[in-house]
This record gives sequence, C-alpha cells and structure tokens, in this order.
Amino acid sequence: MLGGDLSRFTQIAGGMALGPAALNRLMPMHLALDAEGIVRTAGPTLCKVFRAPMLAGQTFFSLFDVRRPLGVCTVLDLRRRAGDRLSLVQRGGTGQVFRGIALPMAHGEGLVLNLSFGIGVFDAVRDHALTDADFATTDLAVELLYLMEAKSAIMEELRELNLRLEAARQEAEAQAQTDTLTGLRNRRALDASMGEVLANGTAFGLMHIDLDYFKAVNDTLGHAAGDQVLREVARKLCEETRQGDTVARLGGDEFVIVFPGLVERARLATIADRIVARLSEPIGFQGHDCRISASIGIAISSMYDRPTPGQLLNDADEALYASKNAGRGMALFHGSVPSGVRMDG
Amino acid sequence: MHGLINRAIQCFVRDTYGPSVWKAVAQSACLPHSNFEPMLLYPLEQTEAAIAATVRVLDRPRDSVLEDMGTYLVSHPNVQALRRLLRFGGVGFTDFLQSLEDLRGRGRLALPDLELPVLVLVEHAPDRYTLTVRAPVAGAGHVMLGLLRAMADDYGALVTLDYLGSKAGDEEIAVHLLDMRFSSGRPFELVAPGG
Repeated sequence: MLGGDLSRFTQIAGGMALGPAALNRLMPMHLALDAEGIVRTAGPTLCKVFRAPMLAGQTFFSLFDVRRPLGVCTVLDLRRRAGDRLSLVQRGGTGQVFRGIALPMAHGEGLVLNLSFGIGVFDAVRDHALTDADFATTDLAVELLYLMEAKSAIMEELRELNLRLEAARQEAEAQAQTDTLTGLRNRRALDASMGEVLANGTAFGLMHIDLDYFKAVNDTLGHAAGDQVLREVARKLCEETRQGDTVARLGGDEFVIVFPGLVERARLATIADRIVARLSEPIGFQGHDCRISASIGIAISSMYDRPTPGQLLNDADEALYASKNAGRGMALFHGSVPSGVRMDG
Repeated sequence: MHGLINRAIQCFVRDTYGPSVWKAVAQSACLPHSNFEPMLLYPLEQTEAAIAATVRVLDRPRDSVLEDMGTYLVSHPNVQALRRLLRFGGVGFTDFLQSLEDLRGRGRLALPDLELPVLVLVEHAPDRYTLTVRAPVAGAGHVMLGLLRAMADDYGALVTLDYLGSKAGDEEIAVHLLDMRFSSGRPFELVAPGG
C-alpha cells in the first residue's frame, strides 16, 4: 500500500517538467540557468524589462547583480543559497530591483529562479509599460495597483474635505459674535447691536470702559492672572447691567456697554459709579489680590441730531481719556469737561 | 448611505445640469445641508430624498435619470477615478463583466464602510449573461445599466443590454455580447500617467 503510494508520488514529481509556454504563463518572470549560469529560458515579462527579445544565452551575472545575500557571485554560490530570499538589481537599463528565489532543478545542475518586483511594482509598471497580461493570473500585483489608486483617490477626497472644513471654520470665525475669553459680545456684535438700536430709533447711553492698572497685573502676576481679571470684570459688568444691554469687550482691557432706552444722565452716572466701585474690589488669583480700577467715558445718543455708532464711540472714548487724565477710577460724560483737560497727556 | 454615493448624485446633477439645479434639488429634498461630503455617512432617507427630488426637479422618468447617472459616473471628465478603478477589473469587457461580483469586495478594500450593490453574474452562454443587482435604493439596476453601457464603450465592445425588471428587490439586466473588438475603446494604463 505504502509502496504503491510512493511510486505514484514519484511518478507525479517526475511528470512535473513543463514546456516553455506553460512556464511562461505560470511564471512570466522566471529564469532557467544551466550549470554554468547561462540563461536557458527567461519569462516574457523579464524580457520586456530588459528590452531584449530573449535573454537565453547570456550569463546570469552579466544581467543581474545579487545585492543580498552578500557574496553571491557564482552559480555555486546561488546553489548554496537555494531557497533563500534574494534581492537582485538589473545591471544597466533602469536598474530595476527584484526579489526572488532560486531552486535547483530535479535533474542536473541547473537552477530555476522566480522573480517579482516587490513594492517597486508601481514604478516597474510605468517604466516598462506593463499590462495585466504581463503578470501571472494568480499574481496580486494588479490588486495592489488598484488599491494604491483607490487609496490616492480617497486621500484626495479627504484632502478636499479638510480644505472645505478649514474654509468653513475660517468663515465661522469671521462671523463669530462672541469674545472667546470672556464670553461677552465682540466688536462685530457691538457694531451690529448699535446699528440695530439706531435703526429702531431707540435712544441709548454708551459707556466706554478701560481698566486702570491692568498692565501691572499682567506684568507682575502673568497673563493667567490677567485673563482671570478680565473674566471677573466681565461677570461683574453683566451683573451691573440689564438683560437687554449689550456688554462687549473690544480686546485688551477695553469694554463697551450699550444701554438701549437709557439716556438719563443721573441714572447712567449711578450705574457708572457702581461699576467703578465693583471693579475696584480686589480680585483673588492664586492667593494674590489683583487690584485694578476702571475709567469710564459716557456718551448719550439723544444729544445728537444724527447719531452714528462711530461718532458715539469716538466721543465716549474722549470722555474716557478725560477720566484717565483726571485721576482714573471715575466716570465722565462727553462734553462735560473743558477741552484743555481732555487733551492733556 | 456612504457620502461617496450621495456625493455622486450631487455631482451628476451639478455637472450635467448646473449648480443652480442642484440647489433646487437640495431644497426640494429638504436636505439639512446643501452639500453631501464624500467621506461622511448619511441616513438612507437622504439618498432616496435626493433621487426623488432630482426626478421632480428635472421632470423626467426616474429610470432614465438613474441610467444617465450610471453613464455619467464612468464617462464624465470630473469622475475619471471611478472609471479607472473599474478598468482594473479586467483587460477586456468579458473580464470586466466577470469581475463585477468582486466590485463590492474591491469597494470594501478601499473603504471598509462603503456598501456597494450586491452583483451576481450568471452565464447562460459565452456571449449571454444575466446580472442581478441588489441595493437598498430602488432603481440601482438602472444606474448599473447606464454604467455598463458606458464601460462597454470604454472597452470598445458592442453589447446589447436589457433591463428585465425587478423581483423582490432584485433587479435583472440581460447582457448580450456581440463584438468584443467593435472599436478601439479608450486606452488604459495600469499606472496613471504622471500618477
């Protein structure tokens, strides 16, 4: 029984010899070498790479340089390395890199090598204008090329998506109405709010507030302390104003409050004094007391025939600097101080 | 549904009829956005809504709109990538036809969450086949019909294609190969020039 099986196996193994046409289809990148290392047959894809109608008759080592393993210079070396992974470079031409394997033939001293392009397949296909038909039917090279192209197409889609998202982010930032540090409205929101109130014909009071000694807090206790102070100021300003008032931070330590419908000087003065008092209270930061105060300039829209946001802000700003020059920690109305004081310093 | 498919509907409308028509379609479909992003996922209802709205806005039969979409997908200059990826299916149109069953797997190879239609090819004779298309969107068979027509041109093959109808969600297309070398077709290289 066993003897019978063995003899059948031998018979099959003995019958494995393939004609050149079959060998070319199965292994389009094979080389058959004789005992002297002369190429007997070569697969058609290899011939294409070497741009030669046939490679038969040439010596293996005139066509290829064995890069790894080191020291493979003769057919004998190649035989010794039978079954090892080989790294080869084409001599001349495009210097195509191959990986492959060499195995001895069943009879005689010859060797069969089978080669592939490995990861260099992308360049090889382009450099040698290879097609589907140049690869064995079982070879996954074409799937690899497909995957490479699909991946590139998807990367391109993702890149475009990122560009669109970035553009949308910038657009959203440009349209933002909030000061991110304090949560107050920003300059854009303030302009919109003043424009709206003026368009409605509602008179309003406007306070321009600048913190005193804020720079000293930043310089001595650092920016984290400065940020904490700005957030506290924002909280207090919200507490001292009504629901419908617009409290905005213009950047740095400058704030503006719009009081729609509130134009009475006495009431505005009371609110301003209370704000100065609240902002003069020390603000705690990591065991330190941050001491600031506030100077305020006030303008009232009903004082103008044709009030504009620019004019009101400008006039409130002038009154603010008058307060600063008059000793800080106080509020002044526009037009209530002589120009000499206003312009001083 | 994968954004890539929704995006394909959008690009078809935009490239064939213009951006204003797409805007009208997006409005008519009551989409919560005006743009499908190719790499995001969307509820299936939005795909159906976009197709239905396209049919409404264009005032054309659904079947022929979907068939045009299939043709657009492989013939319009703006969507060369898909045509190239399909050409990897085989050297000739017959190879391509036989590779269609792998399409779903190939799609997943590239994008694991991409659900392409289930395609089954039955060979009756070397020149006669039936292709069965199963997809969550009704009329996907018509998209396939348009796509096959355009791919036949691409390969330079002369074929007749007939939509046989839909049975329990399975849509069937009869394929009759007449001449595989009818014209030279469009050239295809495995590695895109300059790519």
